[in-house]
Amino acid sequence: MTATFDIARATLLDPCGLGTTDLERVLDRLMSSGLDAADLYCESSRLESWVLEDGIVREGAFSIERGAGLRAMSGEKTGFAFTDDLQLPALLEAADAARAIARAGQGRSVALRAPVVAPALYGAESPLASLDEAAKVELLRRVDAEARAQDARVRQVIVSLVAAHDVMLVAASDGTLAGDVRPLVRLNVSVIVEADGRREQGSSGGGARGALDFLLGEDRALGYAREAVRQALVNLEAVDAPAGTMPVVLGPGWPGVLLHEAIGHGLEGDFNRKGTSAFAGRIGQAVASPLCTVVDDGTLAGRRGSLSVDDEGTPTQCTVLIENGVLKGYMQDKMNARLMGAQPTGNGRRESYAHLPMPRMTNTYMLAGPHEPAEIVASVDRGLYAVNFGGGQVDITSGKFVFSASEAYLIEGGKIGRPVKGATLIGNGPEVLTRVSMVGNDLRLDAGVGSCGKEGQTVPVGVGQPTLRVDELTVGGTHA
Amino acid sequence: MPELDPRERLAQLQQIVQDLLAEARRQGASAAEAGVSSDQGLSVTVRLGEVETVEHTRDNGLGVTVYFGRRKGSASTSDLSPEAVRDTVRAACNIARYTSEDPCTGLADPELMAREVAALDLHHPWAITATEGVDIARACEDAARAGDARITNSEGATLDTHHGVFVYGNSHGFVGGYPTSRHSLSCAVIGEDDAGMQRDYWYTTARAAEDLDRPEDVGRRAAERTLARLGARRLNTRKAPVLFRAEMAAGLMRSLVGAVRGPALYRRASFLLDALGQPLFPAFVRIHEDPLKRRGLSSSPFDDEGVATRARDLVRDGVLQGYVLDSYAARRLGTVTTGNAGGVRNLTAELGPLDFGGLLREMGTGLVVTELMGQGVNLVTGDYSRGAAGFWVENGAVAYPVEEITIAGNLRDMFRGLVAIGRDADAPGSFRTGSWLIESMTIAGE
Repeated sequence: MTATFDIARATLLDPCGLGTTDLERVLDRLMSSGLDAADLYCESSRLESWVLEDGIVREGAFSIERGAGLRAMSGEKTGFAFTDDLQLPALLEAADAARAIARAGQGRSVALRAPVVAPALYGAESPLASLDEAAKVELLRRVDAEARAQDARVRQVIVSLVAAHDVMLVAASDGTLAGDVRPLVRLNVSVIVEADGRREQGSSGGGARGALDFLLGEDRALGYAREAVRQALVNLEAVDAPAGTMPVVLGPGWPGVLLHEAIGHGLEGDFNRKGTSAFAGRIGQAVASPLCTVVDDGTLAGRRGSLSVDDEGTPTQCTVLIENGVLKGYMQDKMNARLMGAQPTGNGRRESYAHLPMPRMTNTYMLAGPHEPAEIVASVDRGLYAVNFGGGQVDITSGKFVFSASEAYLIEGGKIGRPVKGATLIGNGPEVLTRVSMVGNDLRLDAGVGSCGKEGQTVPVGVGQPTLRVDELTVGGTHA
Repeated sequence: MPELDPRERLAQLQQIVQDLLAEARRQGASAAEAGVSSDQGLSVTVRLGEVETVEHTRDNGLGVTVYFGRRKGSASTSDLSPEAVRDTVRAACNIARYTSEDPCTGLADPELMAREVAALDLHHPWAITATEGVDIARACEDAARAGDARITNSEGATLDTHHGVFVYGNSHGFVGGYPTSRHSLSCAVIGEDDAGMQRDYWYTTARAAEDLDRPEDVGRRAAERTLARLGARRLNTRKAPVLFRAEMAAGLMRSLVGAVRGPALYRRASFLLDALGQPLFPAFVRIHEDPLKRRGLSSSPFDDEGVATRARDLVRDGVLQGYVLDSYAARRLGTVTTGNAGGVRNLTAELGPLDFGGLLREMGTGLVVTELMGQGVNLVTGDYSRGAAGFWVENGAVAYPVEEITIAGNLRDMFRGLVAIGRDADAPGSFRTGSWLIESMTIAGE
């Protein structure tokens, strides 16, 4: 981690001739109006993307973003300004803009401590350089060929590869000084299949915080190609989805988007401090069946949602949200923790230097339970078995949430039957987990492609769960 | 922070575009195109009467695409310095060494370039201090919280204003740019009764501050919408007519556009392949695009490739008149660009004779949808399944609010089953329409 901090300092501070005393000077300027807290966040990110379509590498793009965001806090007030110039005069000017929320007050001098030491959860090397360009292009071609080799009904294959390298350094008025170097890679495959005039799509993908070799390991990239084709071919056979409330068995892994939407957002500190979440004031109450234990864990090595330290320099942790059905805690950034008299949980995240941090999820998942997956399916007389999903959405105030199945089957007489067309599932967050009657022993995390949007900011996240039986969930098909 | 004269800033950005194009030529590109933007703004939020956030924004961006024959590469950065110009072009050239020959790639044809940059009255910066912004946001939120004791909490009111300059140029010799501004005011409040909490919002947005709705009206409408949701129930699963309120109907227009966009067509990833000239809607439907609308929220005299934009009917007499194409998609499909690089601009559905009350009476018994949740629109098949909230209507009058239901159907059937478009075009945004009454959809609930 100290090595990581050294890289952050060499990337962000040294080229502008900035030292620790300069950061303290900027923080002193921010704090000169009698504020409660302030921070300075410097960031440099490099991103490269490639797209293959119709068998040719059609597009490639590279971008660099660099800048600093300055935040000043007084009570529940926040002032914010950012600049793409990391020289001291620009930082001081932005500090003046950010601190204008507070009128005159007693200033306070800031002394930064030694850099935060946290376990390294991923390598510091740039994933952009982890394969040469020719090898990246070759990877795309092999994925394309693998998808096309699966079935003659494959008409279109789109493969995209993204590698990002993000270097951040944060200094705060509480003395925090931290740096992190964050790699992120992702490969997505999307296919269109066509038979007898009917067209369907399938998609798959995966990623990690690490180098591009992750995609080459364990046959992952080619596996995504096969999986995308398999899903598309299943959808060619799909009949109309049922409409109405019924038992739903959710497969392991990515269907954990249920947890992200149904309870995750509702347990973010900001909504609970403001009392706008359907979960506000419910710590200690039963909000799920005793089979359910749900955590948010930013400490998993190499996972897409993981961070060594969050964007406020707090080391991430494994936070228990629900334990044996009882609501245990919220996810906090520093500001909401301070206002709620709680501890930060390492969930203070921001899309970039140009955005304000707020409480966000990392990797959110449910722990394994006692049931065999086959036994869970066999327990349902008539219902839905949903194994792949697109995105979801939640209204945290009413608690209503949706998530959209992209691969699902009818269950009839305890057996998996015909595939059905994609359908949206809707439920009520504070109720849905109370209806979980069986939890599988097959916990799996998603493949590493999740992104979460909140108040216009997108951050990478992970989800996971074992196979679950929900006794009642509304399925939005057309077959009434 | 200091303000720059927009004409001076425009000239600076034009010079950066020229530098990017010259640098691309110097590094051996056979053609190139570049865009540069510089934007600044202020956003203030007031919650429960107190200042919550004051954000000062200043965004710069520079992007270049280089062509080496039929191979291309792109690069972008937030840094507008001369070193960044050189490095960004170099990064794009490096990418282009590894992309494939694509016979359809390249700049738009030179004869299609806009000859002049029409003045569309898009630049009305709002010289407002943070304190003045706070006062406006507070007036908005106060109005939302004042009328009814059941409004118990608030997510606040936000005033956002920004303005900037944008320049695009390419190696045909086209360089065009113009300044723009945009302002918005939004408010979200929470109501509570014995059944629990509900939240809703409203907003207004415009190029010029004088065109914004009054703060008090925005706040009151947010409160009305929240209060109307209190006591919402579920429905039994059934088939029924569905009335998409104007702001939701705009989403159906977006689905139409998504399915007739170039990439959806040449990837065969659309339920509207070969739909050109086909009746998609009943004959009363006309959907018009006007990229040159004065003060329009997405107006532009040229598209993202420098091609002159022009007004046209996308749908006339219910029949699809054209696709939404840039020059790459057009070459793939063997036709010419429609000047839609960057998307459609200012789409309007011709309004019908009925107001909202008239639509309710026309529907008789059915569902009014005021909120849709999730991404359950499959443009490959047209299958549509989304979470919904709104009102159940009986005998032409609102009976009670509903929530935690889904509506499902297929967009082809929904378009064909469009019974009426209202004249209640009261929602903000660049897609303008009244409410849409759809003959029948499946509602899933209890």
